[in-house]
Amino acid sequence: MSTRFASLDEVIAEFVRDGQTLALEGFTHLIPFAAAHEIIRQGRRDLHLVRMTPDLIYDQMIGMGCAHALTFSWGGNPGVGSLHRLRDAVEHAWPQPLQIHEHAHAGMAAAYTAGAARLPFGVLRGYLGTDLPHVNPQVRSVICPYTGEQLATVPALNPDVTIVHAQTADRQGNVRFDGIVGAQKEAALAAKTLIVTVERVVDSLGAAMNAIVLPSWVVSAIAVVPRGAYPSYAHGYYARDNAFYLRWDEIARARDTFRNWMQRHVLDCRDHAQFMQTLEAAA
Amino acid sequence: MNDSANTAYTADEMMTVAAARLLWPGCVCFVGIGVPSAAANLARLTHALDVVLIYESGTIGTKPDVLPLSIGDGELAETATVVVSLPEVFSYWLQAGRVDVGFLGAAQIDRYGNLNTTVVGDYAHPKTRLPGAGGAPEIACHARQTFVVLKQSTRSFVTTLDFRTSAGFLGGGNERKALGVNGTGPQVVITDLGVLKPAPHTNELTLTARYANTSVEQIKAAAGWPLAVAESVEIVPPPTQIELRALRDLNERTRRAHAQTRKMEMRT
Repeated sequence: MSTRFASLDEVIAEFVRDGQTLALEGFTHLIPFAAAHEIIRQGRRDLHLVRMTPDLIYDQMIGMGCAHALTFSWGGNPGVGSLHRLRDAVEHAWPQPLQIHEHAHAGMAAAYTAGAARLPFGVLRGYLGTDLPHVNPQVRSVICPYTGEQLATVPALNPDVTIVHAQTADRQGNVRFDGIVGAQKEAALAAKTLIVTVERVVDSLGAAMNAIVLPSWVVSAIAVVPRGAYPSYAHGYYARDNAFYLRWDEIARARDTFRNWMQRHVLDCRDHAQFMQTLEAAA
Repeated sequence: MNDSANTAYTADEMMTVAAARLLWPGCVCFVGIGVPSAAANLARLTHALDVVLIYESGTIGTKPDVLPLSIGDGELAETATVVVSLPEVFSYWLQAGRVDVGFLGAAQIDRYGNLNTTVVGDYAHPKTRLPGAGGAPEIACHARQTFVVLKQSTRSFVTTLDFRTSAGFLGGGNERKALGVNGTGPQVVITDLGVLKPAPHTNELTLTARYANTSVEQIKAAAGWPLAVAESVEIVPPPTQIELRALRDLNERTRRAHAQTRKMEMRT
C-alpha cells in the first residue's frame, strides 16, 4: 500500500481540525516547524498540543492563539532560558488561557509508549517525592500484583494527529529516521492519524536492518519539505541553528516583536521555502 | 596546586572546576545542560578521560568537542557510543540503575537538598513559570547519587520551596529511604561559594568546604535558613592552570560554535 504524497498545505487542510489533540514530536532534533507554521497560517484553533519539550515550535503556536491546552514535560528554550510566549500564556493568559497538564520526561515517554501499544496506561518507577502528582491528577499509581510495590501510572497518550519530520521517504512512503529519535516512533504509532514531512524522497531508503523505519501503511500522508525542521535540525542535512535559538529569546520576549516576526516570516509567507528566503534576506 | 597561586579565576570557574573534580574515571554520569554539562566535560578533558556521559536525548557515551547548547545537539549524537530512544534511556538505563551520578542544576534548593525547577510563586498563578521537570525527578531517584550545582543566594537557598520538582531528603532523616528509592540522593551540592554535604542521620545540608576567596560568614549570609556548618571547613584548592586552560578553551570553542549560524549544506 502506498502513502499519499501531497503538498503540506493540502495535508494540513485535510487532516488537522480545530479542537483536536495534536502531537508535533521530535526531541530537539527533527522538530516539524514547517508543519506548525502551516497550521498557524490556516488559523487552527482550540488545539490540545502535546509535546515533551514545547520548544520554539509550541511557543509560536501558543503565542499565535492556536492552543487551549498543553501536555508537556519540560518547557524551556534549551540552553537559553524561558519560552516567553508559553510563560505569558501561563502567567497572564495571553493571548488566551492555557490549561497545562504537566509531566516529567520519563512519565511522558511511558504515556506515548502505552499509546503506541494501545494499552490504557503506562507504568514506571517514577514521580517519587515530587509535587507533580498534586498538580496533575492524571498521575496515579498501581500496586504491582507480583511484588506489591506501588508504581506510578500515566494514562496513555493517543493524539488525534501526530506530525513528525524525517530525513527520507521512499516512493512507496516508507519513512526513515536517523540520529536522535526522542519519542517520535512512539508518538507516531500512538496517533490515530500520522502525518510525516521529509527532507527528500529517495528510490531506496538504504536502511540498516535495525534502522528506525515507519512502514508506509501506518503513514496517512507525506509532504516533502526541505529544511522542514529548521531552526532545529535534520542530521546529515543541516545543523541546529543555535544562533537562532539564542535570537528567539529577544524576538519572543515582547508581544509586539513576536507578532511582527510571525507576521513577516510566517503569515505573510505562502510556504516554508518562502519562510527560509525571508530569514536569509533578514540575515 | 602551586601553579594556580598567581592565576585569577571567576566564581563560576571555581564552581565548575570543583564540580568536575567530583567525577572519577569510568563513572557513568547522567548530565543536565548548563554548569553540569560544562563540569562533566571538563572532567572528561582533564582527570577522568573515560567518564561515560549520558544526556537525556538518548546519547550514551558522548564526547562533544564543544558544549551543546541544547540537550540534543547533533554533536552529542555524532560522538556517542550509541544513540537510543527517549523511552529507552529513561527505562533501560536510568530506571534500571545503570547511572552512578546524576548531575543536576536547580532554581531553588532547601536545607534537605530538595529541588525546584518548576515555578516561583503559586503553581496556578505563578510569579515566574520555570521550564519544569524534564528528566530531573527520575534522575534524582534512580542515579546512585546526585550532585547539585547552582549559584548560592537567599533567592536560591530557600526555607520552603515553592514547588518540589525533585526529591532530595524530603523532610530529612530517613524520609527519603522510606520512599523506596534506590539512589542515595544529593551527596554533594556545589555552589559559587562553597561545597555542602548532607549531615549523618539528619541529612541536613552542611557547609563542609569553602573556596580560598570566600568566607563562612559570607556563605551563611547567602542562605535563606540558618546554614549548618561543619566543625572543620576545608578550603577547596583553586583551579590549576591545566583545569583553567581546559575550561576556557572549551568555553571559547563553544562560544564560537554557537555564535554563528551554521551553513545549511544539503547532502547530495
